[in-house]
Amino acid sequence: MTFTDWLRADRLPHIWCSGCSNGTILNCTLAAVEAEGWDRDRTVFVSGIGCSSRAPGYVATDSLHTTHGRALAFATGVKLAEPSLNVVVFTGDGDLAAIGGNHFIHACRRNVDMTVVCMNNLIYGMTGGQGSPTTPLGALSTTTPYGASEPAFDLVALAVAAGANHVARWTAYHVKELEKAVKTGLETPGLSFIEVRAGCPTNYGRKNRIREVTDMADHFRTRSMLKTKYDRLVAEGKPVPADAIVVGEFVRRANPAMGVAP
Amino acid sequence: MTRIEFMQGNAASAEGALAAGCRFFGGYPITPSTEVAELMARKMPKLGGVFVQMEDEIASIAAVIGAAWTGKKAMTATSGPGFSLMLENIGFAIMTETPLVIVNVQRGGPSTGQPTMSAQGDMLQCRFGSHGDMAILALAPDSVQEMYDLTVKAFNLAERFRCPAFLMADEIIGHMRERIDVPDRVEVVDRKPFVPGRLPFEADDDRVPGFPTFGQGHHTHVTGLTHDARGYPVTTDPAMHDALVRRLVGKVEDARREIADYRVTNPDAEVVFICYGAPARTVRQLVADRPDDGIGVLRLRLVWPFPEHALAEFPNARAFVVPEQNLGQIAREVERHVRVPVIPVSKLGGELHTPDELARVYEEVRAR
Repeated sequence: MTFTDWLRADRLPHIWCSGCSNGTILNCTLAAVEAEGWDRDRTVFVSGIGCSSRAPGYVATDSLHTTHGRALAFATGVKLAEPSLNVVVFTGDGDLAAIGGNHFIHACRRNVDMTVVCMNNLIYGMTGGQGSPTTPLGALSTTTPYGASEPAFDLVALAVAAGANHVARWTAYHVKELEKAVKTGLETPGLSFIEVRAGCPTNYGRKNRIREVTDMADHFRTRSMLKTKYDRLVAEGKPVPADAIVVGEFVRRANPAMGVAP
Repeated sequence: MTRIEFMQGNAASAEGALAAGCRFFGGYPITPSTEVAELMARKMPKLGGVFVQMEDEIASIAAVIGAAWTGKKAMTATSGPGFSLMLENIGFAIMTETPLVIVNVQRGGPSTGQPTMSAQGDMLQCRFGSHGDMAILALAPDSVQEMYDLTVKAFNLAERFRCPAFLMADEIIGHMRERIDVPDRVEVVDRKPFVPGRLPFEADDDRVPGFPTFGQGHHTHVTGLTHDARGYPVTTDPAMHDALVRRLVGKVEDARREIADYRVTNPDAEVVFICYGAPARTVRQLVADRPDDGIGVLRLRLVWPFPEHALAEFPNARAFVVPEQNLGQIAREVERHVRVPVIPVSKLGGELHTPDELARVYEEVRAR
């Protein structure tokens, strides 16, 4: 088997725009579950609403495409009711950090044994490009026409503080690292949260001068800074670029978790 | 065999749920329903089931739906404000044909209203509250015994129709303590199994598809979007949407005669009381106080789908009197089906109608 065996061929082509990172992130996630040797019959993909949340519809397992923001609450029910099932959640920045913020922190606190992959494209893509809780200060969107005036959420810091056992951040440019991080997440008992910076050329890039897909890849490559380097610079009191995307593993621990198969 | 106990209504509902096979409870504390969750928290682990206190009522119903897809019988319990929060996911359960039970121990509303006082103000909300056209099942207990019996029945109906079923209790019945006969065993209906080779949302003649439980290799896609028989989203085909919604509504509404559950007293009566829940107890007292008057009573145990044919059980009826702890929610439904006067007797604030209050209305209507 390869990861493409996990795709529902009769559902393709997908609805994502040209240059969207979601397909890349889906591929990396499926490559990880395939490498992990998970059984398609015993794996459930869960999502909420948004571009990210269409992903389970393309995966040939049981899949639950739920209401906006609530994926983690549905997934908690699945996993606690039947811990022998493997559960992966796909979500996005609007779904997870805005309408679903409360479920996010409580799922991390409960440390439910599941892997949560957040396709963070800094924008509401499906509804046409409105600002989200992760839209950077000053960034343009249809609802921040003069630049976003609200500070953005740091989803990784939130997950670490709320208690998730494994937390990482990568970008859609870092496909190998991302696959490895997801695989680590699948292997870690408790909640694994992986934020993936995703490119949305249609609704984010177009307004914020990252129009071309190659520009977006360059953006991820040049702005990313490994957490080890970031920590070193901070420790040395050296300046860190304000727009740095700090990538790497933020925590891996073995705190008590819920829904772990016996 | 039965055993006699002295039990609180909310406890009886939890006991009934466990007897019906409920093995997942997700909930959030709210007066006056909290005792259901408390009892589930104590008992569920001992039965190998799962109790989880979620972060709010939205998460509670979401977890219940998730659990239901693993094959568990699942339930939550709440009251007005929590019920309002659940409405979106109730629609999701309807659209995805997820069997589950919601106990709503009604209190005074709108808003926070009267947390410790009784009401029946959510009778239309449970029927129409989520967006879009829908059908649901709603039962209304008038005793501790019925908190038990009708919770069992709610599970059986939910499983059969793959549709949310509501136990629309009220604070009076939920917090009342009285004698109950607890049966050794109850009749239990399980959801129709999925037959491999068929499509996951392909319905039979009863318009209910077999349930493709997660984890059994069916690879079912479940979505709240309008979907075809494969479960795949098809959101811009008018005929597809029309057929799906009509099937989801029809599978419940068209069974109304067969599943109707009501009690008739004095079918020859000219003045007929229609009641459900706590006010039925006052009506019972009125009838007992005036044995020679032959007062008619239609007591609804299953309120939705509304058993409109039951009104024809009273061919001599000149008027229907509907005492409710709301401003006439079911009276309005009765009006749709009869040509004689329908007189709502609305009482808000949390106290039951007194027999004298109903006697005065009866005298007045009889004299017309």
